[in-house]
Amino acid sequence: MKAASGILVAALVLWPGILPAADAPPGATSCSGCHATNAAAETPVPKIHGRNADETVALMAQFRSGSKPGTIMGRVAKGFTEDETRAIAAWLASQR
Amino acid sequence: MHPTRRKFLLAGAASAAAVALPLPAFAQSAPRVVVVGGGFAGATVARALKKLAPKIQVTLVESSATFTACPFSNGVIGGLRELSAQQFGYDKVRADGVTVAIQTATRVDPQARTVGLADGATLNYDRLVLAPGIDIRWDALPGYNEAAAEKMPHAWRAGAQTALLRRQLESMEDGGLMVMSAPANPFRCPPGPYERASLIGYYFKTKKPKSKLLVLDSKDAFSKQRLFQNAWKELYPNHIEWVSLSSGGKVTSVDPATNTLTTDFGKHEAKVANVIPPQKAGRIAEIAGVTNQTGWCPIDPVTFESRQVPGIHVVGDATIAGGMPKSAFTANSQAKVCAEAIVKLLAGQTPQQPKLINTCYSLVAPDYGIEVAGVYHPVNGVITEIPGSGGTTALDAPKDVRTTEAAYAEAWFRTITSEVFG
Repeated sequence: MKAASGILVAALVLWPGILPAADAPPGATSCSGCHATNAAAETPVPKIHGRNADETVALMAQFRSGSKPGTIMGRVAKGFTEDETRAIAAWLASQR
Repeated sequence: MHPTRRKFLLAGAASAAAVALPLPAFAQSAPRVVVVGGGFAGATVARALKKLAPKIQVTLVESSATFTACPFSNGVIGGLRELSAQQFGYDKVRADGVTVAIQTATRVDPQARTVGLADGATLNYDRLVLAPGIDIRWDALPGYNEAAAEKMPHAWRAGAQTALLRRQLESMEDGGLMVMSAPANPFRCPPGPYERASLIGYYFKTKKPKSKLLVLDSKDAFSKQRLFQNAWKELYPNHIEWVSLSSGGKVTSVDPATNTLTTDFGKHEAKVANVIPPQKAGRIAEIAGVTNQTGWCPIDPVTFESRQVPGIHVVGDATIAGGMPKSAFTANSQAKVCAEAIVKLLAGQTPQQPKLINTCYSLVAPDYGIEVAGVYHPVNGVITEIPGSGGTTALDAPKDVRTTEAAYAEAWFRTITSEVFG
């Protein structure tokens, strides 16, 4: 990288151009540990990347309240506030 | 770079901290990140970096061309699956644009920001990620050393050791006593010894019903304890006996010549001995100076940057990660957070406060799965479980939940390995 002034030193060299367009909200990237993004992975666990955000928010609310039976998701849902869940759901909706 | 220009640049930097650091030969058009260790943590960091910021030059340094996964390797020991099902290559990692160097990293110079490889090559980095997993503490248990492990396998780094323990079990005559020694915390995969005990219990029950497994433990409590113990009572009442620390379970020495494990209360001669020894962060972490007196690596929970050496990040089993257990899911979750933080730091921005997740499935029988989950965030610099979240499968869950969770366990392995290596 060549700044016009040429002021570049090892620890201070920065590359602002590498930033992705949007950040994944906190927690969002962990979902794919169980919910596959790779179509080749054979799994009964539902695909959530690309799912409608309102649908994800509603499901998470049901898991959190216990009104939807499940195995692990109730305990995961309780780790996120509604606002956090909404942000994650929106991000998931934008993913494939 | 011309010396006078270099001088000018230094002055222009106007930072005492920066002046103390050596300059690169020339300013890089793209940042360079070196990742050491190609397991769940390291391979995830490398690929996540390329996905987030394709311009970053990412080099993954890993000793072995084939990775052998620990999760589900207890199934190999119990004869339920083959070792080949645990093995993964790096073709897809390469296909994402990561340079994969099948080499052992032997030196780190944090001042010069270089990593030295066994073949003599030197890699420059702007950020270094160490994901070295665990090493065995060969000095921690009298009698147990690398030679002893060929007789009394640990099978705690999957591969040849896993195959060795399985062969020993297969060749043991029915009616034999197997003894397992489980270590004190912290260690890789907290429920691992107990899943292993369960699947060996299953093997004995179905193949060698007169045999027995004695688990000698250096702890009084362990992960998913009541779930495991309830299942043992139900499924393997004659095949598994667990001895806690306070009941004299701590193994104080071993003798490979006689296959004997010694506690303060007695000696146990085993037909098959599985010594799961005390552990520490993988060797390169020590070499880089990122381990503390515990043998593990203190990290900043937002960036996973070492608390001891700037510019070096540590992820996975090698870290001191507060409430997060040393698991593959944890490693993968941390690695993605670390990659995001590194991109921010390289761009001159402040990384966001992360949330992290862990899930650990264990099989107690092929159709009987249990799990623990947790959601975490940094609190006062420590990764802390969020109150009210997480916990284990219900103790009184019906049988269909056990069956479902066994299927989910296998699906989890396929999913995470497809993300990391596929």
